[in-house]
Amino acid sequence: MHWLKRAVFLLCLTPLVWLLALALLGELGANPIEAVIRYLGDWALRLLLLTLVATPLRLLTGWTWPVRLRRMLGLFAFFYAVLHLCSYVVLDQFFAWDIIWEDIVERPFITMGMLAFLLLLPLALTSSHASMRRLGRHWKRLHRLIYPAAILAVAHFTLMVKADLREPLFYAVILAVLLGLRLLPAPRRHPVTRET
Amino acid sequence: MLILRRTDIPPSEITPATVYGDRRRFLGAALAAGGALLLPHAAQAALPRRFDQLARSPLSTTEPLNSYKDITTYNNFYELGTGKDDPARNAGSLKTQPWSVTIDGAVEKPGTYTLEDLLKPHALEERIYRLRCVEAWSMVIPWVGFPLGDLIKRFNPTSRAKYVAFTTLHDPEQMPGQRRAVLDWPYVEGLRMDEAMHPLAILAVGLYGEVLPGQNGAPLRLVVPWKYGFKSIKSIVRISLTEQMPPTAWNKSAPQEYGFYANVNPAVDHPRWSQKRERRLGELRKRETLPFNGYADQVAQLYSGMDLTRWY
Repeated sequence: MHWLKRAVFLLCLTPLVWLLALALLGELGANPIEAVIRYLGDWALRLLLLTLVATPLRLLTGWTWPVRLRRMLGLFAFFYAVLHLCSYVVLDQFFAWDIIWEDIVERPFITMGMLAFLLLLPLALTSSHASMRRLGRHWKRLHRLIYPAAILAVAHFTLMVKADLREPLFYAVILAVLLGLRLLPAPRRHPVTRET
Repeated sequence: MLILRRTDIPPSEITPATVYGDRRRFLGAALAAGGALLLPHAAQAALPRRFDQLARSPLSTTEPLNSYKDITTYNNFYELGTGKDDPARNAGSLKTQPWSVTIDGAVEKPGTYTLEDLLKPHALEERIYRLRCVEAWSMVIPWVGFPLGDLIKRFNPTSRAKYVAFTTLHDPEQMPGQRRAVLDWPYVEGLRMDEAMHPLAILAVGLYGEVLPGQNGAPLRLVVPWKYGFKSIKSIVRISLTEQMPPTAWNKSAPQEYGFYANVNPAVDHPRWSQKRERRLGELRKRETLPFNGYADQVAQLYSGMDLTRWY
């Protein structure tokens, strides 16, 4: 398990390394700021969806190892969401708080993105074992906020697009499947487990 | 005599050396790749690859130009794909020779003309314009073209001509983006007659002193610098003079977001984003968007008395 966690940790960092490499090589195209924001948003969403894969995978296969990677995936999703938000605040708007506030209030796609981020924030803050112990059964209820956060994140992407909805709808379908699979009945415990 | 503030340096020399070199490499690669295909057509080529001795228009801006690379690799041309870099990748399938354009509707001399015949009477000039996209970015582009009004006059519009409608080539074989109904193909755009006759409205056949690449709307496109970029329709095959306001592509797709007029207006936001500021590509900080994209002195009187919040 230890080596797997390390490998996944490094894998989760590669998109950032790749982005830095593209930036240093000047390969981000004619509108590099837009490219950075989109790229970080894409990875935040992908990792958020990947975080949601653990449970259906357990329901379908009985495997428990994906659940043990879940916290790290979720924290990386949050990490990319923070970078995505920072790139918007710093690179795109250069701390023009009045305009940022107007965006949040008046543009539904930005409202949804910001809400998704705000829902992820307490999850990241309570991700430690200590928090799990302290919150007890409330921890699980709190962390169900990932469902509305993921739905808002996909809506955020969908409402941003001008006419070609293929990409956001692709993520919407994946999210629908991941949420739908949770309705499956939990698998019967493996006999070996029962004997122990 | 025209007194110009610009120096007598051709745009090719204003371009940074690196970009200029890059442009040659780009062209060289394109020629090498397409060489075999292009050869049979070479005899028919009426448009030169480079336009020499272009007259310089006093209507040009003196702002620094965006690079050839930026202008030709960051495009909205959904017929060639919806990603910004798709059009440059897919432009190879667009065949611009031979090319003909139909002029019809409320004109005394309708007909279908080869591009060469259509262009023959017009002296090409260089027009350096700001281009403001509805997505809140902008560029400065040295177009090669001629006034649209000069072309329209040649075909003697009748008194019924109130609008000009333009149509892009509709051929999914050549334009892979048209294989999916992202927009209602073919792309149609339009201008009111007085807008079309305005000296700032041009038909362009080139940029940076060279023939237009496919991704920028080869071989013939409209450029209306005081309107959002989507009005400046690309790869035109038909120009119709009409009595009714033509139904235009983006307006049909999302009428509450894209009006027929689509004049650049910082006071009227797109429903989903602000139009107050824009990013000039190549600049770090956003800049204020100007009414009519900075051409208000020349064009604002076209809309006197109109409520521009309603007629966005």
